[in-house]
Amino acid sequence: MATDIIIHDEKDNVGVVVIEKITPKQDCSCWIMENDKTVNIQSMDEIPLGHKIAMVDLNEGDTILKYGHDIGKVVKSIKKGEHVHVHNVKTKKW
Amino acid sequence: MEIPKSFLGYKRENGRAGTRNHVIILPVDDISNACAEAVANNIKGTIALPHSYGRLQFGADLELHFRTMIGTGKNPNVAAVIVIGIEPKWTKRIVDEIAKTGKPVEGFHIERTGDIGTIMKASKKAQEFSMWASEKQREECPLSDLWISVKCGESDTTSGLAANPTVGNLMDKLEPLGVHLCFGETSELTGAEQVCATRGATKEASEKFLKTWNDYNDFILKEATDDLSESQPTAGNIAGGLTTIEEKAFGNFQKIGSRKFIDVLEPAEEPTKGKGLYFMDTSSAAAECITLQAAAGFNIHLFPTGQGNIVGNPIEPVVKLTANPITVAGMGEHIDCDVSKILSREMNLDQAGDELIKSMLRVANGRLTCAEALGHKEFVMTKLYRSA
Repeated sequence: MATDIIIHDEKDNVGVVVIEKITPKQDCSCWIMENDKTVNIQSMDEIPLGHKIAMVDLNEGDTILKYGHDIGKVVKSIKKGEHVHVHNVKTKKW
Repeated sequence: MEIPKSFLGYKRENGRAGTRNHVIILPVDDISNACAEAVANNIKGTIALPHSYGRLQFGADLELHFRTMIGTGKNPNVAAVIVIGIEPKWTKRIVDEIAKTGKPVEGFHIERTGDIGTIMKASKKAQEFSMWASEKQREECPLSDLWISVKCGESDTTSGLAANPTVGNLMDKLEPLGVHLCFGETSELTGAEQVCATRGATKEASEKFLKTWNDYNDFILKEATDDLSESQPTAGNIAGGLTTIEEKAFGNFQKIGSRKFIDVLEPAEEPTKGKGLYFMDTSSAAAECITLQAAAGFNIHLFPTGQGNIVGNPIEPVVKLTANPITVAGMGEHIDCDVSKILSREMNLDQAGDELIKSMLRVANGRLTCAEALGHKEFVMTKLYRSA
């Protein structure tokens, strides 16, 4: 099965779409670069290439992990499979 | 892949080697641009480097101006230099420093002569330099004569996933062969600054990096009217899926692979600690950053992009790579090295790093970059504060 989503680190709670787009209810194959494992997820939203998908349910105040590192905080709760971007995540800097 | 041990470059009087053989007409200040451009228009094989500053600057800002002017003239991609300024004193200061490399350089000042007389005198000398430089031949030079700078732009998540790690892979392969390397973009390491600091080769290098980052962050916090969310990430970054500055920073940081930096340079400062990786305090604006790296003596540039930054530099060839297949399809004329097959897992990072080494060496040997063929020669001075 082709890879639809790449996850940098096994600790990450988001993955990156690497096909042109994924559509709602699509069964996606996710490759974790760090340990070369494959996991599956069903998407909730349409998500374009390069944008992030939530791998787990996330609550307001939770930390987003990518590259195994803190890249910001959740400002609006996110369900597993939903689009993660500026509408629900903000920087902890500035 | 066995990495070639040499490239074909132009050997310079001071022992360095160039990937290009430019004769430049360098204006000292904004009001000398017209004269410099007229000379470059008269004499084929020369290029003028117009810019916006050079009058009434003072203190650290003036020193940076001189460092950038002098360093640009000293860069080994430059065969010979005509310097044109309004006044004799600052013109002479730049000429004298460039002359220390042993390359042909001559200065002209406009006061008491006017544009037309200066254009005539400078054109005669420029013709002599251009014809002299045209006889220079490329010769075999060791790979360690490459000074490679890197900077990413219009990044998206494909940059952090693939294009930037490709540059990191190249660094990991070429650093042991004795090249100089340079990364910058102080503001775009925000969020990854503590992790970056652990990559100092010495305690001094780590501490110098953190001080540089803290000073810049304090400046940003002082000047910012809001949370900078309009600039970092940029609208292009956000369209490409990057959400926060931290995410952008960790992606950016992939460019140095597993290397450690041996020193932290001031903007446009020439490295003096020998081969290896350096961090330079620069803006994250593409043209400003590359102009500073070229002024520090770097002779070839690697530029990973996501959404498609199109920047070039007049003296330092800018090799662009992307992993975004949409960017390759939509604006392929800007992309020197396509590594988009990493995303579909048809290419791994090791193969991508090799492809980038090949693309870079073709350019080092003389192949025009996309940006050169398209006429991109953005020369942008960094200004620290307003003039007196």
